[in-house]
Amino acid sequence: MLNRYPLWKNLMILLVLAIAGLYAAPNLYPDDFAVQVSGSRNTAAVDPATLTRIETALKASGIEVKATEMQQDGVGLIRLIGSDAQLKAKEVIADQLGSGYVVALNLAPTTPDWLSSLGAGPMKLGLDLRGGVHFLLEVDMAQAVGQRLDVYVSEIKSKLRDEKLRYRVVEHLDDGRLAIRFVDADTRDAASSLLLRSYQEFLVDSQDVDGDAWLYVNLTEQTIREIEDYAIKQNLTTLRNRVNELGVAEPLVQRQGRNRIVVQLPGVQDAAAAKRIIGKTANLEFRLEAGPDAGRADTEVYPFRNTPERKATLERDVIITGSSVANAQAAFDENGMPQVSITLDAKGGQLMSRVTRNAIQRRMAVLFVEHKQRTLVQTIDGERVEKRIPFTEKGIISLATIQSTLGNQFRITGLDSAQESSELALLLRAGALAAPIYFVEERTVGPSLGAENIELGTLSVQIGFALVLVFMLVYYKVFGLLANVALTLNLVLLVAVMSLLSATLTLPGIAGIVLTVGMAVDANVLIFERIKEELRNGLPVQSAIHSGFARAFTTILDANITTLIAAVILFAMGTGPVKGFAVTLSVGILTSMFTALLVTRALVNLVYGGRTLKKVMI
Amino acid sequence: MANPSKIYNFMGVRKLALAFSLILMLVSIGSLAVNGLKFGLDFTGGSLVEIGYEREADLEVVRDQLETAGFEDVVVQTFGSPRDVLIRLQADHDPKLGDKVLQALQSESDQSLELRRNEFVGSQVGEELREQGGLGMLLALFMIMVYLAFRFQFKFSLGAVLALVHDVLVVLGFFSLLQVEFDLTVLAAVLAVIGYSLNDTIVVYDRIRENFRIMRKGDAVEVMNASLSQTLSRTLMTSITTLLVLVALFYFGGEMIHGFAMALLVGVLIGTYSSIYVAANALLALNVTREDLLPPQKEDGEETEELP
Repeated sequence: MLNRYPLWKNLMILLVLAIAGLYAAPNLYPDDFAVQVSGSRNTAAVDPATLTRIETALKASGIEVKATEMQQDGVGLIRLIGSDAQLKAKEVIADQLGSGYVVALNLAPTTPDWLSSLGAGPMKLGLDLRGGVHFLLEVDMAQAVGQRLDVYVSEIKSKLRDEKLRYRVVEHLDDGRLAIRFVDADTRDAASSLLLRSYQEFLVDSQDVDGDAWLYVNLTEQTIREIEDYAIKQNLTTLRNRVNELGVAEPLVQRQGRNRIVVQLPGVQDAAAAKRIIGKTANLEFRLEAGPDAGRADTEVYPFRNTPERKATLERDVIITGSSVANAQAAFDENGMPQVSITLDAKGGQLMSRVTRNAIQRRMAVLFVEHKQRTLVQTIDGERVEKRIPFTEKGIISLATIQSTLGNQFRITGLDSAQESSELALLLRAGALAAPIYFVEERTVGPSLGAENIELGTLSVQIGFALVLVFMLVYYKVFGLLANVALTLNLVLLVAVMSLLSATLTLPGIAGIVLTVGMAVDANVLIFERIKEELRNGLPVQSAIHSGFARAFTTILDANITTLIAAVILFAMGTGPVKGFAVTLSVGILTSMFTALLVTRALVNLVYGGRTLKKVMI
Repeated sequence: MANPSKIYNFMGVRKLALAFSLILMLVSIGSLAVNGLKFGLDFTGGSLVEIGYEREADLEVVRDQLETAGFEDVVVQTFGSPRDVLIRLQADHDPKLGDKVLQALQSESDQSLELRRNEFVGSQVGEELREQGGLGMLLALFMIMVYLAFRFQFKFSLGAVLALVHDVLVVLGFFSLLQVEFDLTVLAAVLAVIGYSLNDTIVVYDRIRENFRIMRKGDAVEVMNASLSQTLSRTLMTSITTLLVLVALFYFGGEMIHGFAMALLVGVLIGTYSSIYVAANALLALNVTREDLLPPQKEDGEETEELP
């Protein structure tokens, strides 16, 4: 019979819609404002007793607590009412717990347990809707490669010395090559084959310039790639550690392209502090003060960090660097001055005790090393060009007499403030960056702007949707009503798919939903206009409905596939919010095809199918 | 929507439509060449700070305060409501820029100010995005052309792409002429316009293809007119519903989505026009015939063999 769906087809559509309803449902429960607490490394984890303590403290400050709960491995969650209470609560909790804990703002889903046990959860909100910070960082690859080349320089020197091949200079050129000048060509040729034997990653080129025998060493492209990959990975790890130390709920630290890293910190209020910690390329060096008889070639003079006019002469050799630090804690000494207690790893401890054993009564300096950059904007040939000039700032933060052999535990004093000591401790714990990074993009959205964006976005979806529903109803009557049901189901389906993919909803994403609503009507309109036409051509009602759907099908397919092409390209090239738009648009196209072709059809069949009709309202 | 069975003589005014489209495109190209696009932060790089005031802000005062505080080359304007002030700076990236601006303004003000937004984009990133955006648009056009050539016929894919180029040019021209800021969301909207306008064009083409096959009599112009008339009410219906939601977005979606909604509004209007007057017109200009659309003929030999 015409226009009847078999039972299984109806049931299948129902099943799909029921599942969609289930997975879209979590979005109906608004998130709670919450504060998340966890123990930072090497301190006590959060336990139920801590939560009770927090609750009492919050009550004392007149802040109402909605609920508290323990999450996995020692992380506590305190749900509050309203964002003002959340901000106040964060301060109260941070005061109460002290520095051993990380206190972070969070939005906690309120999905009922039976729904989350099915794996259902609400859509994630993008930074533009939630507030927070987005950074795009560029890793200075030239520096990363340069650092490795410097290591090669000293390796090559000692190798040549060992083999008694006399060289005049080994230098690291600006263009990323190493240049070695030899006394004569024979030595050079011997060295050339030695280097090729020892280093597979070298490309060696001999040249005679002005009677001098030069050897130029290049790294293979593959080696450079490996160095870059290593630098990025190392930086990712360090950045993750730092972000974790900052205490951000659900941070994102991800590689983007060859040399960039995206960092997203939802809900972070103090962007400047976040940036200070993330971008810092600070490290420590421990060196002995040079003895009076030390040669000039083995020493360097550095100023003190707090009093630059005071200077000290240090040995060139570094005992250990910050990378040997296993743990660091900020504290105060007996006089209330800020200090950092440091624990070295096993190797660092050995090195430290070996050097200090023979240096009792000499002085050891802690050198603070910071890679910085100046950005110059120049106009060359009418184009603005950014030029970064990296430079390294080194300053002594403490110079103290070694009283006895130092082991793997000691402390550093001579810091400016408590903030500096805690930041230094944090940086030492999280590790140094393998290569300097630069901020190439930053977007900070305040929480109130985020809330406003959600509000306006939702409002415009509602209004737009209502307008379309009314218009369809007036114009197509019964069929319009059916289309409206399908349209509503389309929205549910779209939200369900977005939630299932855990796609991020952004402001342009909301615009995409609005647009999808407008365009989802299109498939219905195409079908209905076809049916009308067939009726005018004198077809009986049932055949008109049947052929209307059948003949509109190819048109709908062609039209939607081409739109999908545009959406997919948008997804591939877009970033952040625009990607969100592309996702909603693509998902919307697919769901609207499903609802128009199957759901509307099923509804029309249910209402009109199998009946003898003389006339139909369309 | 439109008189259902009437055949309108759309192609009767095709010379006029051609002239109109040409003028639109020339004005757009001219404006793009002379004024260029007013690229937003996303594409140029630079810094931007948005400050929320409690009461209406006096832009002159804000400007003076910033200049006294030593910020050079600042552009100050309201954003959406008169209480939100947007400050653009060409300054280099400084992690504390947002806070510095806020402090400078706060110290001179008796209201409590709020840092709503702080954005910085490096000039290199912006440049890359500009290249990528242009490339993306070309890629989209090319892919669509390939799909249409495969599904319809080469002349149709040329016609559709012509209509798309027309629409994109006019939207870009609109933004250039009125010097409305062109940011990443607007680019997204332009790509959505490509999708939308195409959708419209395809529906029309689909009908043209069908009519070429069923209308044994009638020349190309008649086929076009019939096809456009038959699809007219659908074209208008869809445009109206889409425009309805876009108007909602434009008026209620907030300032950040304004450019996006505007681009789509212009795009949908021009896309509707172009699917009627440009896409079909282009087919006529390309001299499309019934033979272009006939399914490939089977070899004569095979067919005779099938006869009893």
